[in-house]
Amino acid sequence: MTNSITVGISDLKTARKGDILVTYALGSCVGICIFDSVRKIAGLSHIMLPSSVGFNVKDNQIAKFCDLAIPKLIKEMEAMGAKRVCMKAKIAGGAQMFTSVNNSNLANIGQRNVIAVKATLQELRIPIIAEDVGSNYGRTLYFDSTNGSMRITSVNKGEWIY
Amino acid sequence: MALQNYNSLSDMQLDALKEIGNIGTGNAASALSTMLDKAVDISVPQINILGYDKVVEKMGGPEQFLAGIMLSLSGDVTGMIMFLLQRGFIHMVLNDLVGTELSDDEELDDFSKSAVQEVGNIMAASYINALAELTGLQINISVPCMCFDMAGAIMSTPAIYYADISDEIIFIEDEFNRTEDSDATSYILMIPEVESLQKIMTSLGLDE
Repeated sequence: MTNSITVGISDLKTARKGDILVTYALGSCVGICIFDSVRKIAGLSHIMLPSSVGFNVKDNQIAKFCDLAIPKLIKEMEAMGAKRVCMKAKIAGGAQMFTSVNNSNLANIGQRNVIAVKATLQELRIPIIAEDVGSNYGRTLYFDSTNGSMRITSVNKGEWIY
Repeated sequence: MALQNYNSLSDMQLDALKEIGNIGTGNAASALSTMLDKAVDISVPQINILGYDKVVEKMGGPEQFLAGIMLSLSGDVTGMIMFLLQRGFIHMVLNDLVGTELSDDEELDDFSKSAVQEVGNIMAASYINALAELTGLQINISVPCMCFDMAGAIMSTPAIYYADISDEIIFIEDEFNRTEDSDATSYILMIPEVESLQKIMTSLGLDE
């Protein structure tokens, strides 16, 4: 019996035994899928902001920030028996929803999220083996813990499997 | 006492915001009605302080297809105003205004896009005019920008922008309907920054 586990905005969850992790409607946020293919342990984090620097972060907000969420996700996966050396990542999202925004803070946030995610993963020595990032449309992400495949659906741009 | 965050608003202040929503929506609806030359129904606005996921739920779930039009506010009041239009509403506007339709693949040509955007622009301006008149504050609005996508993806923009202020927003929900259509709903979201909210309250004589 496969279950589908929903990961909300600023949220992270783990799955195994064929359960599917889903996060709906990634806009400028980034979804980070991490998979240990030997032990079939999957983790998905939906981050909203690149860095927690300058924020007074409460415990329930850790999953909001790239720099805190990814290490936490890895720790949770390791607690389930996953090994860091076997982990590989796939990432999606980081779009710019409103293309003609004149506010630079708002304009680059998707891109800044993607850069932060890549830097954090590199620091943790987890290779990115697939990415579907940028552009200007929302993505729904399905991450399958049987084989680590990431399926992306969109409203009018199509569907992809990585 | 200065407002710290949205949750520190008193009932009376919330009522005032509701009334602002009411007047703003009334103005926007009559502008729309004039443009379309049709009667437009509006609901009594609901005002809620909600997390983003709850806001998205209220609009029909994260994958609900919507057109989002966003304008930023500057001057005495800073923040943003957003219109979220359902498919039926876009249909109605296009049909009545320019005689085109929203096709099944949900792609609009530039002319239709610009028509929808302009409707959003006029409605937002009417809404903000009402607020400015009521409070005596000077409020400027930016050129609108627009996208057609999933509700959750559209809402990620204000969610991220205001992430440093609050995880919750004041969601002033107004529904517009054309009399005979039920899926032609649209929502207006006004998201004032906390200091601006303070200014609005002061100008209305409602700061405790």
